[in-house]
Amino acid sequence: MFKRYAKLWWALGALIILCPLGLIATGTAFGEWGLDELIQSDEVGFIPQGLAKFGDFWQHAVLPDYSIPGMTSTFTQSALGYILSAVVGVGLVLLIITLLGKIVKE
Amino acid sequence: MHIPDGYLAPQTAIPLLAVMVPAWSVAVKKVQQTMKKKEVPVLAVGAAFSFTIMMFNLPVPGGSSAHAVGAVLLAILLGPWAACLGVSTALIIQAMVFSDGGILAIGANCLNIAVIMPFVGYYIYRLIKGKASAVSGRGIAAAFIAGYFGLCLAALSTALMFGSQYEWFKAADGTPLYFPLSLKVAVSAMMAEHLLLAGPVEGIVTALGLTFVGRTYPELIGDEPVALDQEVNSYV
Repeated sequence: MFKRYAKLWWALGALIILCPLGLIATGTAFGEWGLDELIQSDEVGFIPQGLAKFGDFWQHAVLPDYSIPGMTSTFTQSALGYILSAVVGVGLVLLIITLLGKIVKE
Repeated sequence: MHIPDGYLAPQTAIPLLAVMVPAWSVAVKKVQQTMKKKEVPVLAVGAAFSFTIMMFNLPVPGGSSAHAVGAVLLAILLGPWAACLGVSTALIIQAMVFSDGGILAIGANCLNIAVIMPFVGYYIYRLIKGKASAVSGRGIAAAFIAGYFGLCLAALSTALMFGSQYEWFKAADGTPLYFPLSLKVAVSAMMAEHLLLAGPVEGIVTALGLTFVGRTYPELIGDEPVALDQEVNSYV
């Protein structure tokens, strides 16, 4: 799996190591605000009722926001959590695509 | 661009999920029929690349952030249906394991990022590239423009989903039930940051990615995407 396109895998590995660069942008993306951010916002200032009801629909994220729960106080901790998240995420993506690939005909 | 749970009404999120089920089923069928075994690792590394590139948040002036996706690069290399499967896989894992994007909103997010984006980008690329080689100046320019418009149209679709909720769903006291800002605010904010920042970055990612793959593995960029062309390996 890794031999044929080795340079693509090396490039992916480099991106994983560099991914903490993405932590430099600390702002929340438009429309992805947490409940606390909505309350503090000048434009909104309240939590919509439907959002309060469905916002926490899924509570099984193991690495929420690409971080190790409880390990977000320093940049180093966040960066470690971020790299771990990239490794776990990439591993799961590879696993699922490889399984999906079993259906491909020769 | 990952819509969280609670920003879309279930009356919006569930039908969009229902739309994605046949889309995924067609994508699986198309990939099964046209992709070769040895191309599966390319889809795997491509989907993993898309997952990782979405972690590179770009600071948007004014305190927001945005990111590139890589979906158009996958569509150029493997065809839009394979890109749909690869990016959908990344999005579903992001939602379930990292709470990036909602679970109820998976249909909406996959429609925007894994259908609209790769298909728009793919056909713009084909149209502009014409008969030129993928790694020619024209081919690389086509990749940049395709990445740019692919991401921007996905952002527009996301903004329409957000803003329509404000217009459609209000509580008895008149406050919005789900997404709390107007359609106009959603479209202008989303489009400003994607037209001016994330779109150009997506264009660069697409053009650089195509150049890198084209130079290191020319067999992956035949005139037809590998996943759509049975004969590609016979003339390279």
